[in-house]
Amino acid sequence: MTEVTDTFDKGPAVAGSPYEPIRAIPVRHYGRWISAVVVVALLAWLVYAFSQGNILWGTVWDKLFDRTVLQGLWRTVLISVCAMAVGLVLGLLFAVMRLSKNPVTGAVAWLYIWFFRGTPVYVQLLMWFNLALIFPVINLMPLYKNDTVAVMTPFVAALLGLGLNEGAYMAEIVRAGIQSVDEGQTEAAHALGMTGTRTMRRIVLPQAMRVIIPPTGNEFINMLKTSSLVSAVQYTELLRSTSNIGSDSTAIMELYFVACFWYLVLTSVFSVGQFYVERRYARGSLRTLPLTPWQKVRANLTTLRRPKVA
Amino acid sequence: MSVQPMVKAEAVHKSFGAAHILKGVDLEVAPREVFCLIGPSGSGKSTFLRCINHLEQINAGRLSVDGHLVGYREHDGKLYELKDREVAAKRRDIGMVFQRFNLFPHMTALENVMEGPVQVKREAKAVARERAKALLDRVGLADKAGNYPTQLSGGQQQRVAIARALAMEPKLMLFDEPTSALDPELVGDVLDVMRGLAEDGMTMIVVTHEMGFAREVGDALVFMDDGVVVESGHPRDVLSRPQHERTKSFLSKVL
Ligand SMILES: Nc1ncnc2c1ncn2[C@@H]1O[C@H](COP(=O)(O)OP(=O)(O)OP(=O)(O)O)[C@@H](O)[C@H]1O
Ligand SMILES: [Mg+2]
Repeated sequence: MTEVTDTFDKGPAVAGSPYEPIRAIPVRHYGRWISAVVVVALLAWLVYAFSQGNILWGTVWDKLFDRTVLQGLWRTVLISVCAMAVGLVLGLLFAVMRLSKNPVTGAVAWLYIWFFRGTPVYVQLLMWFNLALIFPVINLMPLYKNDTVAVMTPFVAALLGLGLNEGAYMAEIVRAGIQSVDEGQTEAAHALGMTGTRTMRRIVLPQAMRVIIPPTGNEFINMLKTSSLVSAVQYTELLRSTSNIGSDSTAIMELYFVACFWYLVLTSVFSVGQFYVERRYARGSLRTLPLTPWQKVRANLTTLRRPKVA
Repeated sequence: MSVQPMVKAEAVHKSFGAAHILKGVDLEVAPREVFCLIGPSGSGKSTFLRCINHLEQINAGRLSVDGHLVGYREHDGKLYELKDREVAAKRRDIGMVFQRFNLFPHMTALENVMEGPVQVKREAKAVARERAKALLDRVGLADKAGNYPTQLSGGQQQRVAIARALAMEPKLMLFDEPTSALDPELVGDVLDVMRGLAEDGMTMIVVTHEMGFAREVGDALVFMDDGVVVESGHPRDVLSRPQHERTKSFLSKVL
């Protein structure tokens, strides 16, 4: 059997004829210069304004690693991760339900998405927190019985509020991902003798991941920020703990800066992680994977050390 | 007593909604036979092939593989639909090769070939890997085991797809125009693999436009048009001396 042999690098070498490099006067991009100057000037003005503002930078620095702040940070991470996990599981479940041939499960999934996507998450949080007003007792007849107030702790209310809301968005993302996979894939899997569930797990979902992951990353970044709403149900996360300190020490804006700093750290760290996960699931869809930043650095170093000989 | 046919179709009908595609197909495929199916586009060749492993459900008639009805169990003269799991189990014995390869893009060539045995037959990974390597070697791709499908040419992908189907040790192989998505210079490699399979005695149903292959390798040939079998016989006879007008006019266009 013959393989395609590459004839490219065996082509005739270009004769090394001496040539005259073009000497032309480059176009002057005056517009670029002007806009750069304007932007830098505005930026400088902004920095100046902040430096002159009535801001106690010392307080910002002091409170950055305050125990209460770090505790709030941890609880923000905790509720975001847990709510996202709930959202992922529900999203997967409802996406599969919506795509199933059973009209009842399809309709139920549609109803869920319609409600939880169609009402503000803030309202949903408040409703979970106040569930005791309409159901004083939670009674899962043979299994479990307790007062709603005891069950519906701030954490549980926050988890249900954020998680169920997220599930509705994730369901649509997962559904789009599943539908993006070519039908030929399902047929090939069935032809091998795989059952429907196994086909979904081994063949369809791994390929759908490529479509699912980027918007899911955005969802998680949104979740980190939306979690600031759960102070409405008395869950003391980053925003609540910083603003508590802020109003006690009358350094309100300073502590909002502290909050912003930590939100930026969280979203930035997560974005880096997202890059690697996306890269992992690009296997097979790209001929060559994009270089990681570290690989790029190394590649640049080696070319620096060993310049290519023409 | 005659040998049991590998595939037996009796008055098979298939409609998609109002579109009546198969209008009573009758044919028999003997074990170890290379059975070629030709016909104009839209005549229902792919549909018939897909009915054989129950990717499509027939509406009327009887279709059986190796003596068992496809998709149903017969008991006391009544037909019972098979469960998903049972349908899946029956498909293990029928390999299928698609026009557009349909390799799993997130797996390497080797993993594609291992997938069936490991996931469906519950074979140990080490065993499956060795067999997969041997199969890739058989289709001439031992050195491409670690490549993802996008890193393979069309002809190489199709050979991996054949190896993937063979890994399930099927008793019947279905080929749906396996070479028509390939550049002409890559067709030969795939046909060589199929010729090898035929020599090893695999029962094969091949939908094809490669009349040369049908003539050389085929044991039987059927010309299908508009959902019915128009003419059948030995490939050399049908291709050289077609009896029906429709066969003549089709062959005059493709030969
Ligand atoms: N799932 C489907 N739903 C509706 N119509 C279908 C479906 N699958 C196939 N058909 C129709 O059935 C007819 C036969 O299709 P089929 O693919 O079997 O033809 P074919 O003989 O394989 O043609 P070709 O040589 O072009 O592959 C076509 O008119 C096609 O439009
Ligand atoms: Mg076809």
